[in-house]
Amino acid sequence: MILIHCPYCDETLPEAEFTYAGEAHVVRPDPSVSDETWRDFLYIRSNPKGPHAERWRHAHGCGRYFNAIRDTVSDRVLTTYKAGESKPVLPGDVK
Amino acid sequence: MSETYEHVAPARYRISGKGRVNDLAPVRFTFDGREIVAAAGDTVASALLAHGIHLVGRSFKYHRPRGVVTAGSEEPNALIRVTHSAKGGEGRTEPNTRATMQEAVEGLKVESQNRWPSLSFDALSLNDRLSRVLGAGFYYKTFKWPRSFWDKVYEPAIRAAAGLGRAPTEDDPDHYSSRYAFCDILVVGAGPAGLAAAMAAAGDGRRVILADESGEPGGSLLAMPAATIDGKPAWVWLAETLETLAAAGVTILLRTTAIAYDHENMVGLVERVTDHLATAPADLPRERFWRVRAGRVVLAQGAIEKPLVFDGNDRPGVMLAGAAQTYLNRYGVAVGRHVAVATSHDSAWHTAFALTDAGVTVAMIADTRAQVAPALTAAAAERGIAVMLSTVPVATQGTKRIKGVWLAERTGDTVAEAGYHACDALLMSGGWTPAVSLFSHTKGKLAWDAATGRFLPDTSPEACHTAGAGAGVWGLADALASGAEAGAAAAGTTAPSFTVTGDDAGTGAPEGALPSDRPARKAFVDFQNDVTAKDIRLAVTEGMRSIEHIKRYTTTGMATDQGKLSNINGLMIAAEALGKTPPEVGLTTFRPPYTPTTFAALAGPRRGATFEVTRKTVIDPWAEAAGAVFEPVALWRRARYFPKGVETMDEAVARECRTTRKTAGIFDASTLGKIEVVGPDAAEFLNRMYTNPMLKLGVGKCRYALMLGDDGFIRDDGVIARVAEDRFHVTTTTGGAPRVLATMEDYLQTEWPDLKVWLTSTTEEWATIAINGPKAREILKPFIKDADISAEAFPHMSMLECSFAGVPCRLFRVSFTGELGFEVNVGAAEGRKVWELIVGAGEKVGACVYGTETMHVLRAEKGYIIVGQETDGTVTPQDAGLSWALGKTKADFVGMRALKRPDMAKADRKQLVGLFTEDPGTVLEEGAQIVEGPDEPLPMTMLGHVTSSYMSATLGRSIAMAVVSGGHARMGETLYVPMDDGVIAATVTSTVFFDPEGARLNG
Ligand SMILES: [Zn+2]
Repeated sequence: MILIHCPYCDETLPEAEFTYAGEAHVVRPDPSVSDETWRDFLYIRSNPKGPHAERWRHAHGCGRYFNAIRDTVSDRVLTTYKAGESKPVLPGDVK
Repeated sequence: MSETYEHVAPARYRISGKGRVNDLAPVRFTFDGREIVAAAGDTVASALLAHGIHLVGRSFKYHRPRGVVTAGSEEPNALIRVTHSAKGGEGRTEPNTRATMQEAVEGLKVESQNRWPSLSFDALSLNDRLSRVLGAGFYYKTFKWPRSFWDKVYEPAIRAAAGLGRAPTEDDPDHYSSRYAFCDILVVGAGPAGLAAAMAAAGDGRRVILADESGEPGGSLLAMPAATIDGKPAWVWLAETLETLAAAGVTILLRTTAIAYDHENMVGLVERVTDHLATAPADLPRERFWRVRAGRVVLAQGAIEKPLVFDGNDRPGVMLAGAAQTYLNRYGVAVGRHVAVATSHDSAWHTAFALTDAGVTVAMIADTRAQVAPALTAAAAERGIAVMLSTVPVATQGTKRIKGVWLAERTGDTVAEAGYHACDALLMSGGWTPAVSLFSHTKGKLAWDAATGRFLPDTSPEACHTAGAGAGVWGLADALASGAEAGAAAAGTTAPSFTVTGDDAGTGAPEGALPSDRPARKAFVDFQNDVTAKDIRLAVTEGMRSIEHIKRYTTTGMATDQGKLSNINGLMIAAEALGKTPPEVGLTTFRPPYTPTTFAALAGPRRGATFEVTRKTVIDPWAEAAGAVFEPVALWRRARYFPKGVETMDEAVARECRTTRKTAGIFDASTLGKIEVVGPDAAEFLNRMYTNPMLKLGVGKCRYALMLGDDGFIRDDGVIARVAEDRFHVTTTTGGAPRVLATMEDYLQTEWPDLKVWLTSTTEEWATIAINGPKAREILKPFIKDADISAEAFPHMSMLECSFAGVPCRLFRVSFTGELGFEVNVGAAEGRKVWELIVGAGEKVGACVYGTETMHVLRAEKGYIIVGQETDGTVTPQDAGLSWALGKTKADFVGMRALKRPDMAKADRKQLVGLFTEDPGTVLEEGAQIVEGPDEPLPMTMLGHVTSSYMSATLGRSIAMAVVSGGHARMGETLYVPMDDGVIAATVTSTVFFDPEGARLNG
C-alpha cells in the first residue's frame, strides 16, 4: 500500500484513504472542437513507463482532488500538488 | 500442556540430556490413530522422528513414500492434516500443515495425506512405476484431445489422484483478527543476525518489532549449544539477550511469519496465536494478520539448505544435514542410529561431529569436493568418521525408509563404480540459499555469486537492510556482526561487537545434478511437485528456453513451498542444459505470500455478517416486524415484498401492484441518494452537470434529471427540486449516490472551481416515504394543515416545504409508478413515526405497503428506466428514448459534445424497446439474448438482450424491456429469444405499456 501526501491536509497517508481519478492535466475542451479532439480528450492517455501525472482524491479525508507524479515503474509517488497548479519539473525531466 | 509430571520413558530416538524440549511434560497426540508421546517443545515432526517415524506422507504425483526433510517452514514433504480435537471437530481441521511447524499439542489428531488406503500401502504408488510416461509436460501432451474430455474426464480424474490434502467440510468456527502497527525498525528473523540487529536498534524510545516464525526465538543458535558469545554459552547469551530486548521495549512476535513485503515498508505478518495451545480462551483469534508500517526493515531470515540431486534423494530418512542438527540440538532427537553424510558444504561436517559427540554412529562423510579444510578431516579422524572426498551419492536403497546408499568417486562428470553403504539416515547438504523472497517482494535486485552459486540481495527501492545468512554471510561471528551493523545502520546507532567461540563457519561448492553411473530417473529437484532433474532437461530438449517456461512446463517451484528447496537446483540444471550461466537463464519471480497462508488470516473479521456493512433505513425494523422479505441493493437491505399469509412472491407482488393502481401503495424510498446543492451558482452548476435545462426551474418545481459522462453515456438519473433560488434537493439512484457526489465534486473542484457551490450528501438525513395511487392525496391530506396540496395548487412535479403532523417536511409531487404520487421527506429521526402515521391512514382506505419488486414492476409498466438495469454504460439518452430530457439550447453540459459524434447517432445502435411475448404467460429471462430468426445457423447474430421482465398484474400478461439493435425502427417486428428449452417469439412494442397518455399522473 503506497503512501500519498495530500497537499491540502499536508499529511502523508496510506493509499486506502484515496481514490485514483485518472491522468492529470487532461483539459476538457470547449464543445466546439472536432470529433477527433473530443475523442482524444475522452480516450487517449499517455500511459508512460516512468513518471506519470495523475489525479487522486482524498476520498476518506478532506475530499479534495489533487495531482500526483507517480513513477509507474517503482509505483512510488514522487510528489503531489494542488489542483490547478502546473506540473512541477522533476530532477531528470527533459526541459 | 499436561498437568501431570509423571516420568515418561523417552521415545527411542530421544537423546537424554540433549535439546530444549521437556520430556517430563508429555504431550499426547495421534498420528494415523497411533498415540505419540511428545515432549513439551516438540513439533509434530520432531516427535515423530523421536519415535523413529520418518515416513509421513506420499508424494503429489507418483505417490512415493516421503519423510521429513527439513526442520522449518520450507518443508516440502511432511504435509499433514491436523484436527484440533480438544477445540472441536471437523471445522478445526486444516490440511497441508507442515509437520515441522505444527507444535505438538495435547489431543491433536494428525493424519498423513495423499495416500489410499493407507500410508504404508498406497494403491496409487503405481504412478511411480509409470513415471517413465508421466514426465514433464505429460498432461499437456496426453490430455489435450478431445477438448470436451478435459473438463469431464481428465481433470477430475487427475485431481482425484494427484492432490494434496482434503479441505475441511465444515465452516471454520475460529475468528481471525487484523491489526495495524507502526514501528521505527522491524526485524524479520530472530536468529543471531536478527537478535544482534534488534540489540543495535533498541533503545532511545525507538519502536522495534522483532518477528520470528518459530515458537522459540534464536534461529540457528538453538542448534548451536556448544558455541559461546561474549564468553557465555550460546543459550545463556540467548536468554539474557531476550531479557535485554524486552527491557528495552522491543516487541517480540513469535510464531509470526513475514509473508509479504509491500510498498513503502509495509510488511504483512501472520501470527499463529492459538495453534500451539490445546485449549484457547474464546476471545483469542486463531491467527492475527499484522500490517506493519516500518521506518526501516532489517531482513534477517537466514538461509535454506539445498538438497543434493541424485537418484533416490527423496527416500524417507534422506534429509538435510542442518535439519538433523536442529533435531539433535534443539529437540534432542537423533534422526538415525547409523548415519551417512553426503555434502558439498562444510556445514554438514559439523552436523556429523555433533551427532558423533552425542553418541550417534556416523558411518562416513562423503564430500563432492576434492579438497576440504584440513581441520575438518582432522576432526573427523579424531571421531573415527570415514571421509570420502570427490565422492557423490548415486542411488539409495529402501522403500519406506532408507537402508543404504551407493557412493561413487567422481572425476568431473564421470563416476567410478559405486560402493554400497548401509545406513538408516542419509544427511545431505548442497550448501545454503539465502532466503531472498521478502527482499525480492520489494523489487530488490539480486546479484549472482558464481563462486558460491547463490543469488545475493543487492539493491532495493525500500528502506531495508539485509543481514546474516540471508545476506550471504556464513558463520555465527559474521552473522552477529552483520546483524549488528544492519540494526545500527537502520537506527543510526553504533553497532555492538561480539566475541565468538565454537563458530561453525565454512564454505561449500555449488552443484547441479550430481554425476551418476545410472539413468538417475528419480533424482528429485522439487519434492513437493515430483519434478526430477530429467524432467527439467526434457523441458529444455523440447524447446523451453526461459526459466518461466521451464517452470510452468515441469511445474518445478510451483508447489506450496514455492520452490524454497528446489529453485536454485532447478536453475543450475536448466542453465547447464542450455549452456548458459544461471543469471542468463534468470530466476523466477518470488511472490507473496512467503509461506502458505490461510484465507481466513487474510480476510480477518471481514466474513459472514461482518463481510461488509448492511445499511438499513429507519423504517427497516418496521418492515422486518411486518414480515418483509429483503433483498440487497448496493449496501442497503431493502424490503422486496410484504407477503400476507402463505403468499408466494408472485402473488404478493401481484396484490401489491393491483392495490397500488386501484387504491394506493406506500413505499420506503429512503435509500434514494440525496445531495443538497447550495450556493449562488447552484443552478448554473446543475445546468452543466445534468442534460436537462435547470436555470429556469422555478422555486417549488421539480424536474426529472439525467446525468451523462463526458462520453455521452447515461450514468445516473433522479429528480431535482428547487427549494430556493440558491438551494436544490437532488436525488440519485440508490446505488449511485457516492459516485454522483464524487463526479459533482470532480467537476466543481477541477473544471469549474470558479463556481460558488457547496455539495452535501444528505441521503441519511432524510426518510423518504412514497405514496402512490388514486387515493394518495386522501391518505396524505389530513396530515398537511399548512399547505394546499390540491391538484390545482400542487400539480405534478412540484415541491413545497410544509409541516407533516408537526414534523418539518419537504413534500414532492412526483411519481415512479405513473399514479398520482407524493414523496414525503422528513428528518430521519421522525421517519418511523411518520411512516406509521401514513400506513395507519392508508390501511383505512385499503392501501398497502409495497417493496422494491412491486416498484420495479410498476415503473416497468410505464417504461421508466432503472440506470444500471436498462443501461450498462454504453447507452445514450437517444438509445433509451430520453432525447426529450436533453436541453436543446444549452451551450454545454457533461456529455453534450460526445452525443454529436457520428457513432452516437448510428441507426443500428442498441435501442430500448418493449417486448410482448407471443404467449402472454411467458416471462422472459432478464439478460437473455435476442436474435432475428429462430432458425439462424450458429453462431447467431445477437441483436441485443432483455433488460427487465415481469408478469404485469395490471395488464394481465408479461412485459419486458430490451435493448435491440435498431430497435426504434422495429416496432411490430417479431424477434426471437433462444432458450435451453426452445425459442420464444416476441413482438417489439413501445416501452410504455400502461396509460401512455399519462392521465393518471394528474389525478
Ligand atoms: Zn486531504
